[in-house]
Amino acid sequence: MTAQQVKSHSIDMSSVLRDKDVSQQPTETCIKVENLNLFYGEKQALHGINMEMQKKKVTAYIGPSGCGKSTLLRCINRMNDLVDSARIEGKILVDGDNIYDKSVNVAALRRRVGMVFQKPNPFPKSIFENVAYGLRIQGINDKRVLEETVENALRGAALWDEMKDRLNDNALGMSGGQQQRLVIARAIAIEPEVLLLDEPASALDPISTLKIEELINELKEKYTIVIVTHNMQQAARVSDYTAFMYMGELIEIGTTSELFTNPSKKQTEDYITGRYG
Amino acid sequence: MIRLWFKSGTPWIWLNAAAVSLSLIMVVGVLGLVIGRGVGHFWPHQVNQFSYQEPDKQPQIIIGEKVETSITPAAMAKSTGYVMADNEDTLVQYLIKTGNRDVTGTDFRWIQERNIKAHSEPSDLIVIERREWGNFYGQLLEVKENGVTIATGEQAWQVLQSKIADTLTIFKEIAHIEKKEVGTINYGLERLRLKQRKLELKNTLDDVAKQEIDAEKAAFEAEYKQYQVQLTGLYQKLRTNSLVAKTESGSELVIPLSKVVRVFQPNTMSLLDKVLHYGNKVIEFLTDDPREANTEGGIFPAIFGTVMMVLMMSVIVTPFGVIAAVYLREYAKQGFITRLIRIAVNNLAGVPSVVYGVFGLGFFVYILGGNIDQLFFPESAPAPVFGTPGLLWASITLALLTLPVVIVSTEEGLARIPSSIREGSLALGATKLETLWLTVLPMASPAMMTGLILAVARAAGEVAPLMLVGVVKLAPTLPLDGNFPFLHLDRKFMHLGFHIYDVGFQSPNVEAARPLVYATALLLVLVIIGLNLAAIVIRNNLREKYRALEG
Repeated sequence: MTAQQVKSHSIDMSSVLRDKDVSQQPTETCIKVENLNLFYGEKQALHGINMEMQKKKVTAYIGPSGCGKSTLLRCINRMNDLVDSARIEGKILVDGDNIYDKSVNVAALRRRVGMVFQKPNPFPKSIFENVAYGLRIQGINDKRVLEETVENALRGAALWDEMKDRLNDNALGMSGGQQQRLVIARAIAIEPEVLLLDEPASALDPISTLKIEELINELKEKYTIVIVTHNMQQAARVSDYTAFMYMGELIEIGTTSELFTNPSKKQTEDYITGRYG
Repeated sequence: MIRLWFKSGTPWIWLNAAAVSLSLIMVVGVLGLVIGRGVGHFWPHQVNQFSYQEPDKQPQIIIGEKVETSITPAAMAKSTGYVMADNEDTLVQYLIKTGNRDVTGTDFRWIQERNIKAHSEPSDLIVIERREWGNFYGQLLEVKENGVTIATGEQAWQVLQSKIADTLTIFKEIAHIEKKEVGTINYGLERLRLKQRKLELKNTLDDVAKQEIDAEKAAFEAEYKQYQVQLTGLYQKLRTNSLVAKTESGSELVIPLSKVVRVFQPNTMSLLDKVLHYGNKVIEFLTDDPREANTEGGIFPAIFGTVMMVLMMSVIVTPFGVIAAVYLREYAKQGFITRLIRIAVNNLAGVPSVVYGVFGLGFFVYILGGNIDQLFFPESAPAPVFGTPGLLWASITLALLTLPVVIVSTEEGLARIPSSIREGSLALGATKLETLWLTVLPMASPAMMTGLILAVARAAGEVAPLMLVGVVKLAPTLPLDGNFPFLHLDRKFMHLGFHIYDVGFQSPNVEAARPLVYATALLLVLVIIGLNLAAIVIRNNLREKYRALEG
């Protein structure tokens, strides 16, 4: 695909949205956020968020920088626990279980809720070991099992054909786009239920971005996906549902086609028509 | 014009360049001096024979190696009491190594050039390296066996060479038996004695145990007797041969061959002979035990002790420092207290090393070691086991000394690892500990190695604290040997740095030992460079492996 095609792809939003209407399809709630407040020290970063995300669908968070969309995403696998000053009120239910319950094993939760970050962050190990990392943590060292899982994960991330002869090369020698797909492969190797993608394509060139987007479309067959993006076209292209956030509050959530064509809130309309953000 | 020149920055650049070149010159100078003085020591120098007559005295013959030349202006010489003729501008003096300390009482003497009547280098002059009294210079007269002359004149040289070779073989055999076999027996006997004493202290020494111990003891003693017979025979054989040599003053001296290490005629040696001689001497220097209050022979125990101590120190300081750094950086809540600890750690690096020595002696040796002895080795009292300076305490003291370096560089290494890598690992369901072990620590390993390199560089050159906690002048029994438990941490050891001090300033014959000081210094530098290079190679390999940090 040439850059020209990519460009036209991103401009023609209505054609993208046409077959996006998921309102008629059967749905099942996977993640439910209830009255979520998050404070960084004294400062409140998330204000009473309530939302649901559907199983095996792609939900996108959009909004201007600093609106809290990444923060919200990082709540879903408790990555905010790493920030000393962060304090959380409210509940997030994944498959009905409150992940902020005291009895929750955070490491086990993160196995269920995988995450891919803005910048590709492969470990300085071989490609094989990168993908096998999550399995080795779980104590799986059987060579046959590892090989099979690594192959499946790499196929799942559309990386197998490129990399099958280079499995022992250092992952740091790959291109940025390949690295990001490797990180996705690493995340799906442990077969999570949910994949959180934090602006996965923002550090990539257009062609790599497109590959990632195609990959997301394939991955939603198996995983519930939540993606943060500052690129509205991208949200429109890949997601089934879109949530618009502003100043730490959830303004509106709905099916992507509805939110983009017929937003119910004025702020949403202003944002998607480019009046601010 | 000048102002413009200053403004252009050229003088500044020159100043910088000058500083760099000055440091370079100094480094090259130090190495050059050490190499120049140290390396030449083993070369067989020509032996001169001077006809020498001081005014109003009997003429005499002086035989020896020229070591140093000193030229003094006439005026200065006069003022120090020399009688100078009017036509003399300078007073030229030579320092001659004449050896024969057993005959003349000194090894060296200064002679004045103006009193030398004749100078030659006769080919029949021999140099004898002896186990006692230093070198002998003179002429070979005859070789004797059991007091009976078996060769004289031309023949004597040939016979002497083969006899010396025989003697050296016997000597080696004796050394082997005494050190290895008898050493093992003594060690075993000592262990039996301690075992018995231990049982006595516990009041559990019954007849069965006693019989067992006695049987073992008897076995050892029988073995010992056997060796003793063998040794007596060998010693007798060793004493049969001797040589007779003439000194510079014409007196004859009988030297038993058992006291001879090597005889050579430097004035007739070809270049190849000299190179071989040189090689042998260097090998002896590197692999043999010291002789004659450390001024002759080799320094192997010191090399071994140094390397051993540095390795032990590394083994102790690396895990300790890394663990401390991990806690400070990864687990401790960053704040006032951690800042305070960091400042304290950094200041520890500035404490004079001898203070560590005092601490090591007071705390490790007397308190820790004393208590260990009381608790675990009551049977050997009153002789201390760990309650006396030794390898273990020296290593721990130096580990303490170098701990700050390791902590600081490990912390820096940990701080450099991007948080995205940690998050990546955590997001895959790894706990903090797993993240640390699988990803963070391997990635920080080059930084740890950097810390270790700095630690080794500092520890290997340290002498002052070691004198208090374990280094001794002479310790031919190495801390590592074939007797269980093989590594003897309680033993005292030799160290190159201390050896330099000892040979250079504490030996009875400072002048003769000075070249050895340079040679030992060179070796110390080489050992440190070697240890450092090894660490650097490892670090570079690790860096190559984890080069994510640079990207």
